[in-house]
Amino acid sequence: MSATPTTETKPAPPAIEKIRIKIDGREIEVPKLSPDWQGKPVPTTMLQACKMVRNDIPHYCWHPKLPVAGNCRMCLVEFGTPALGPDRKPLLNADGTPVIRKSPRPAIACATPISPGMEIYTQTPGVKQMREGVLEFLLINHPLDCPICDKAGECKLQEYSLDYGASASRLVEPKVHKPKAEDLGPRIVLDAERCIMCSRCIRFTRDVVGDDALSFVNRGSYSTLTAYPGKPFDNNYTLNTVDICPVGALTSKDFRFQMRTWFLKETKSICTSCATGCNILIGSREGKIHRYTPRENDGVNGPWMCDAGRLHYKWIHREDRLLDVLVRGEKSTWTTALSEMADKLKLAAPGSVAIIASARQTNEELWLLSKLKAKLGAISDSIPRIGKGDHLLLDADKNPNTNGSRLTGISFTEMGINLVKIAEGIASGTIKTLIVFGEDLLMHSVGSDQLGAKELTSEVVQEHGLTAELLGKLETLIVSDILPNATAQYAHYVLPGCAHAEKRGTFTNRDGRVQKFLQAIQPPGDARAEWDFLHDLVYNLTGRSGFQTIEGLFNEMAKDVPAFNGLTWAGLGDAGVTVKI
Amino acid sequence: MIIERKPLSLWERLYLPAIIGGFKVTLRHFFKKKVTMQYPEEKWVVPAGYRGAPYLVRDQEGHTKCVSCQLCEFVCPPKAIKITPPGPAGELADRPNAEKMPKEFEINMLRCIFCGFCQEVCPEEAIFLQKDYSLTGTNRKEMIYNKEKLLDLGGTHAGVQKWKHKLEEARAQEDFPVKV
Repeated sequence: MSATPTTETKPAPPAIEKIRIKIDGREIEVPKLSPDWQGKPVPTTMLQACKMVRNDIPHYCWHPKLPVAGNCRMCLVEFGTPALGPDRKPLLNADGTPVIRKSPRPAIACATPISPGMEIYTQTPGVKQMREGVLEFLLINHPLDCPICDKAGECKLQEYSLDYGASASRLVEPKVHKPKAEDLGPRIVLDAERCIMCSRCIRFTRDVVGDDALSFVNRGSYSTLTAYPGKPFDNNYTLNTVDICPVGALTSKDFRFQMRTWFLKETKSICTSCATGCNILIGSREGKIHRYTPRENDGVNGPWMCDAGRLHYKWIHREDRLLDVLVRGEKSTWTTALSEMADKLKLAAPGSVAIIASARQTNEELWLLSKLKAKLGAISDSIPRIGKGDHLLLDADKNPNTNGSRLTGISFTEMGINLVKIAEGIASGTIKTLIVFGEDLLMHSVGSDQLGAKELTSEVVQEHGLTAELLGKLETLIVSDILPNATAQYAHYVLPGCAHAEKRGTFTNRDGRVQKFLQAIQPPGDARAEWDFLHDLVYNLTGRSGFQTIEGLFNEMAKDVPAFNGLTWAGLGDAGVTVKI
Repeated sequence: MIIERKPLSLWERLYLPAIIGGFKVTLRHFFKKKVTMQYPEEKWVVPAGYRGAPYLVRDQEGHTKCVSCQLCEFVCPPKAIKITPPGPAGELADRPNAEKMPKEFEINMLRCIFCGFCQEVCPEEAIFLQKDYSLTGTNRKEMIYNKEKLLDLGGTHAGVQKWKHKLEEARAQEDFPVKV
């Protein structure tokens, strides 16, 4: 079942026709066609050509994943094309070079396609003057309230003003004032004064999400962004408009006045709210997570992520997190608990142990549990978690690592099929030991206490017969979880685990893409990463020398699990690697 | 290196002339103006521009000037400043128009090096290095000044009330076509 890993699922594109152009006197070869916002090949624009040679032209309204609007005028450049004689042949200078006719007017680089022999000038005094002029217009009615603006620090208007703007304002008239801190939807605040009318949010919600909710009203200086009357801007992707807003006009209610952006440490991670596995950046400071933002990965989520996943982080900082190792309700230490558990499991008869591991655990943890399963001759499964999916990113499968659970042999094609057998086994007394990781068998209610996320992530967990009465019959119940739950109350051993932001690991998403995530914050109390203590437990039980680091553990797993053969931790990179599922 | 000592001359060996010379200097100082200050009963008057302890100031109407932009926290070389922003559910600012005010503002005076970067970077003219140079406390915790204490010590600073002006300007534009 070995598969060759590939970085992209798409086949290699056919050979591309290239044309030669000159940018600021430097001759380069660029493809004639480039992907547009939907990935369809269209003639390459000047802006794309300049991007290819790392000559970044300032722009506000252009976004690689949105249709071109060309309304901010920030990307104006000067250009020239080869002059043609009456015979439609290029005129040549005395030294054999083509004669270049400079265009009398500038052009917007984002919407003007390149042509063979074209020369683009991005650093001329004229271009500099145009940029300064455009910025002066944009700043006419801008309130300059950067000290209270959440965007400050990652604001394009700030950046370009510094790079290309004039040093002082010439405006003497009073500025036009517009509504501030207006409610645009359940998760978005609009500050109309700060808006520069780039229309990115309008295009995003109309063309990408398909929810035509926003528009401009009024004219001239009074132009204002607004949601259609009676139609709230409340789809599941509204917070992406905050990311793409080049200024602080649209800000997140959740992140409002939380922390200035320059303090946030950004850690590459994966969203755990559904099987899509959107790539994210965790913004944290001093051990506190302040926000999730999408991290661009065209193979998975592009530059977007859904609101439900983005706001699903507050449970990590809940006050009632499990912080102590408990042995039969008494506070204990890891060493005691792990050695006691190993002693008990060593004596367990084959077939008397069952493992219920969550598909929200990482590949490494599930693999270590599968080692336990093999050693103990145990029966195992995970619990399916099915909710509502949508047309864009949200998947109906709410477990982030369903495929990982299958590939490591914890669950089977039909997840949850063994739960009945486990319940029967406990009832009949053949199963005496139950190991539960990351699941509350009695309730399944994790992190649904925050803003708007409950209805968005509404989960349906398969019903099963594992009742409190059955759990009470067990000789040994080992529970590892992050938040307190009803199952843990019956447990003989409670092992506090880590949220994904507090450990490293990999998930296998719905397409079989193995993606790694890194540690953003330190775990609280005595909580320890599951792979870390599972490694100790497996070592105690089997004597199998494992790896103290996640890199070594992953590489060992990749050798052992057929589907992961050939993978290495380092080889996963930031974008992940797709395996055959 | 060995320094050779010259034998003393007769004048030097006489001893008394040197003693009398010394007493003359002492006597002269008896009749001069005193330079010793009776600190702490007597306090030194610091010169203008002196960089003492940084305190928060209020505007002429008694409103908190700080908007919790956290630039001083960022620029502070010894990391003496710690600001807690209000967050989405926080208390609204006590001044009109600017929506933001720090929930907590702490300066650890044991860490502060009185460099004045916070005053220099402040876009709101809300923090100033003032004339206090002798800060005492009986424990370390006492030396972490909170927002209330800093505002009480800081007094008022009559500057440009830019947020108030913005609001007045906005109210004057009654004809703005979008009403909320």
